[in-house]
Parts: sequence; structure tokens; C-alpha cells
Amino acid sequence: MNGLMLFMRRIWPQLLTLAVIVGLISIMFPGFFQISIANGRLYGSPIDILNRGAPVALLAIGMTLVIATRGIDLSVGAVMAICGAVAAWGITEGYGLFATLAMALAAGLACGLWNGVLVAILGIQPIVATLILMVAGRGIAQLITEGAILTFNHEGLIFFGSGSVFTIPTPVIIGVLTGAIITLIVRRSALGMLIEAIGINLRASTLAGVNTRVLLIAVYMTSGLCAALAGIIAAADIRGADANNAGLWLELDAILAVVIGGTSLLGGRFSLIASLIGALIIQAVNTGILLSGFPPEFNLIIKAVIILIILVLQSPTMRTVAVFFSKDPVGASDKEKETVAP
Amino acid sequence: MKSTKAILGAGILASMLVMSSSALAQTVGFSQIGSESGWRAAETTLTLQQAKERGIDLKFADAQQKQENQIKALRSFIAQGVDAILIAPVVATGWDSVLEEAKEAEIPVILLDRMVDSSDDLYLTAVGSDLVHEGSVAGQWLVDELAGKDCNVVELQGTTGSSPAIDRKNGFEQAIAGKDNIKLIRSQTGDFTRTKGKEVMESFLKAEDGGKNICALYAHNDDMAVGAIQAIKEAGLKPGSDILVVSIDAVPDIFQAMAAGEANATVELTPNMAGPAFDALEAFMKDGTMPPKFIQTESKLYTQADDPQAVYEQKKDLGY
Repeated sequence: MNGLMLFMRRIWPQLLTLAVIVGLISIMFPGFFQISIANGRLYGSPIDILNRGAPVALLAIGMTLVIATRGIDLSVGAVMAICGAVAAWGITEGYGLFATLAMALAAGLACGLWNGVLVAILGIQPIVATLILMVAGRGIAQLITEGAILTFNHEGLIFFGSGSVFTIPTPVIIGVLTGAIITLIVRRSALGMLIEAIGINLRASTLAGVNTRVLLIAVYMTSGLCAALAGIIAAADIRGADANNAGLWLELDAILAVVIGGTSLLGGRFSLIASLIGALIIQAVNTGILLSGFPPEFNLIIKAVIILIILVLQSPTMRTVAVFFSKDPVGASDKEKETVAP
Repeated sequence: MKSTKAILGAGILASMLVMSSSALAQTVGFSQIGSESGWRAAETTLTLQQAKERGIDLKFADAQQKQENQIKALRSFIAQGVDAILIAPVVATGWDSVLEEAKEAEIPVILLDRMVDSSDDLYLTAVGSDLVHEGSVAGQWLVDELAGKDCNVVELQGTTGSSPAIDRKNGFEQAIAGKDNIKLIRSQTGDFTRTKGKEVMESFLKAEDGGKNICALYAHNDDMAVGAIQAIKEAGLKPGSDILVVSIDAVPDIFQAMAAGEANATVELTPNMAGPAFDALEAFMKDGTMPPKFIQTESKLYTQADDPQAVYEQKKDLGY
């Protein structure tokens, strides 16, 4: 019970933000909550947010772990393009669904391994190490698709983008399952704690006997795997691999999702659930802008202002102000302490 | 005896060939931007094809999206003493000095597809498409197709602020101006990509009563239309009949959609810019005919009546 309370206390700012944004959208656009079933699939704006948010949510899962180790993975957007290209290439070459998926996931793992080796073995700073693949990745993807949009019509592969299971869109299911599995792995074992230890102090963790190299590589490979899943979904969604545009700038959305989720870029404590809610917040803003009918020139400005407000409200200074103005300053600051070090 | 005749005949034929082509360009340098899009790949393929058909030795240089590579390529063409230069400039500015060098060497330069900011006596002519005209061809098709019926149109714009997005929007609005039956109810950017085209169309459908309120979609390029068609299908509507689809570019995939009855019309941005360029060059070489400073390519309208499957077969190997 106490654990649940702590958990809710950790994620309530994110939940509140999401609720406020969804509330604002539904005021502007009253039909927001209408959900029906079209073509055997749930249909409605809230479903769009979940469905369109799935790729960024998947990236955010991997990104959270990487950021918790005090790293960053700029390559995930490009890895999406590579894995989407591999999937489209595999299916058009007639390798069959299983082999195609295996190849696409293996490509993601290989990209993660590359990043991990650069960071953990060669000791290159993560932002530089992953920048290499961010720049080169689209080139690799273009080599695979030969510069064109590689289209396919394989129903099995399309299922991962626009199919559904019990009327729930497949991308949502993949996102939720991946989030659940990885949360279970890191929280039901000591792995999560070890990842946080690396983020807080790499040297001390190594000296304490944590196999930091292997763990770091594993974390980057997890990020690569998540990017591969997102890449498969993105390609399956449009029935084609677009090496130039698949996952373009999504690495920044993923980082933003983690930040909105309250995980510090300086590493250490992390929350996967909060990052997932962060991804939904970003997508809710995107979908809200599209529904609002504003001219497209305002898209980025509106998004930037909303994100700015969210980040300002979450900033340490605002917290201090909130504590100062609350009726019970002592009690509030005690609560703060509790959340910081449970 | 017979063989001598044959050799003699062949000799005459060969000399005639040499004579006939001596008035024309023999070697032409072509500096291409790079492989930024499928359309550009098709332009390269067609330029090579056109040169081959006309017996022109084409020297091809891929600039990989860098102006300095294009300037280097132009200088090397000038040094090799080619008869003419074709260039698809990656940016509009910074060409003055290299174009002057070409002018001093008396090598005519023809711009393909994109313009430069230099003075127009530095190049022979420019071949390109009129983006505003493309938009108005698409708009005119819709006006004719509806024949006065009421229609709410949604628009998928290109990348905000890009010249194709601005011009194609203006052209379409010019064509539907004064037609009270056609209303542009929603307009949003789809960044010229399939993914965004699909996502934005999904939101249009939800915002307009599940799409019942929408009668036509105008997309600034075919890729966004292809994405939007999927969104329409997933919403349980029939693209092509419940919602008319008109777009611009004429890439192969839209012809597949048209063959399946899911798209209605597309306006071609022809990748064959080299054909008119070579025609102008031949006339100039032959008797010094100065071509106009801008040669506008045809913005051809394709509909479902134009045997889309056949056009698809014809286009699919051009490298789109």
C-alpha cells in the first residue's frame, strides 16, 4: 500500500498534466471522447493519441534506461529508419514474416551494440558516440531501400502498423507489452538499481563489483531493440519504408518524453511509467493541435509554449515557490524529502 | 567487290552521321544535386536516357547535396571543354563566379528544375515547372469534376514555408476562387511525408464528423495522398468515391491507387526536364536560336481514365 502511494506520488504531476491537456482538447473539440469501432478496430481521437504515440513511447522506454545511466541515445530515430528499411526489404525479398521480423530486430540490436561498445568499451561520451549513428543511420537505411520508398503489401507485416487485437490497435499493444516486460525485468530484479547506480557514479559501481561494461552495452541494446520495434510499426503503418523521413527527429521527442516524465538527464533514478505518460502528453499536444484547426504555421509555436509551461511547472524553483506558499511548509518539505529518498 | 562496296557505304554513312552531329552538342556535363528523393532519381534516369537517345555523351556528376561539389563539377566540365552544361542547382545563391567562368569559355549552361539568383544572361535558359500552375490544374480538375455540386475540401500542405507548399496552395485557391460550391474547410501540413499525411488525415476525419463532412482531399504531393488514403480506408470510408483524392507529382504509387479506384487525379511534375533542355540546346547549336529564359514543362493531369496501370508499369523502373 505504501509502495503504491509512493508510486502515485511519483507520477501524479505527469498524470495531472495529461489530464489537463486532454481536458483542454475536449473543451475545444467536444467530440474528442467519441469512440466507436471502424473496421474491427477502436476508432476515435483518444485511440489516435495512444496509437500515434506508440513509436515515441517505445523509444522513450529505451531512452529512459539510457538516460538513467547518465547517457543519451541520439541514434534512435535513425535506427527506426534502418529497421523499417530492413523489414520492408526482407518482406519484399520474400523471406517470410518471421525471418523479416527477426532481421529487423537483429538490426536494432546490432545498432545498440555499436553504440554500447563505443560508450562502454571505448569510453566515448554518449552524445558523441550516438551522434555517429544518428548521422550515418539514414545513409545506411537509404542504401537498403536504394533511395526510394520501399513499399510492400504483406498483410502479416501490415498487421503491426494498422492491425488490431480485440479491437485494440497493434502498436498500442506492442507499446504496453514492451513497457510492462521491461518494467518487470528492471524492477523485479536488481538490474534497475544497478542501472541507477551506474548513472549516479560509474566508477563507484565498477569498484563495487557491478559489471558496468556489460550492463551499459545491454542498456544501449535495449534502446536499439525498442527503436527496432518502433521502426517496424512506422513502416507497417504506411506500408513502406521511407528512409528519409521515418523517425525523423523522434529521438528529440523521446528525450523530451523522458524529461517530462521527471527523469533527470544527469542519470540515477528513473521511472518508465512516467516516461510513457510523458510520450502520451507529447502526442496529446500534437493531436490536439491537429484537431484545433489552427493554421500550420502555429503548430510548433503552440507545442513549444505548452512544453515550456509543463517544464517550468516541474522546475525545482517552482517547487520551492509551491512549498513557500503552501499552508504547511514544514510538512510539504518533509513530503518532498520522502519522494526524493524513499 | 561486294565487301568494298559495303565498306564504302558504311564509310559514307559514318561520315554523314559525323557531319549531322557535328552541329550538335556532343559532350554535355550534367551536375545533379544528389539522390534526395525518388523524383530526383527519376530525373537522373530520364536525363541519361534522353542523352543516349540523342547520341550525346553525358558526363554525370552527383553533388551529394553540396554546392561546393557542384561548383567543382562545373569547373571540371569547363576544363574538359564540354559543349554544354546542365545543372540542377542545390541552392539559389552563390553561382555568379562559376557561371561567369562558363560564359567566358563560351559554354552554354541550362538550369534544370530549380532557379538561381544570378543575372539571366549568365545562363542560356532554365527548364522547370510552374508550381502555381500545378496547383491550379488540380483545382480546375475538382471544379470540373464537381460540376457545381457542394463540396467541403480538406488540404494537406507540404512543409510549412517551402515554396512548393506556398505555390501549390495559391494555385489551388486561385482555381476555386469564386466557386461558391467549393469550401476549403481544413488545411494542415503533412510535411510531404506519408506518415504525417496519414496522421493529419486521421485528425481531419475525426474533426469533421467521421469524414462525413468531407467530400474531397487535395494533397500537395502524392506521398501524403497515399498516407491519407490509408487513413480514409481505416475509417471505413471509400477513398476515390466517398472522398475524392487529388494530388500533385505523379509518382508511380499514386497510379496504383488510381488503378484501384482509390485516388482520382494527379498532376504530373515531369522528371523529364532534360528533353526540353536538349531540344533548346540543339536549336541553339544549329542556328543560334535563343530559347526563352524560362521553359515551362507541361503539368499534365492524369485521371482514372488514363489507364493508370499502364502508366505505373512505365514509371516504376525510372527509380522513383
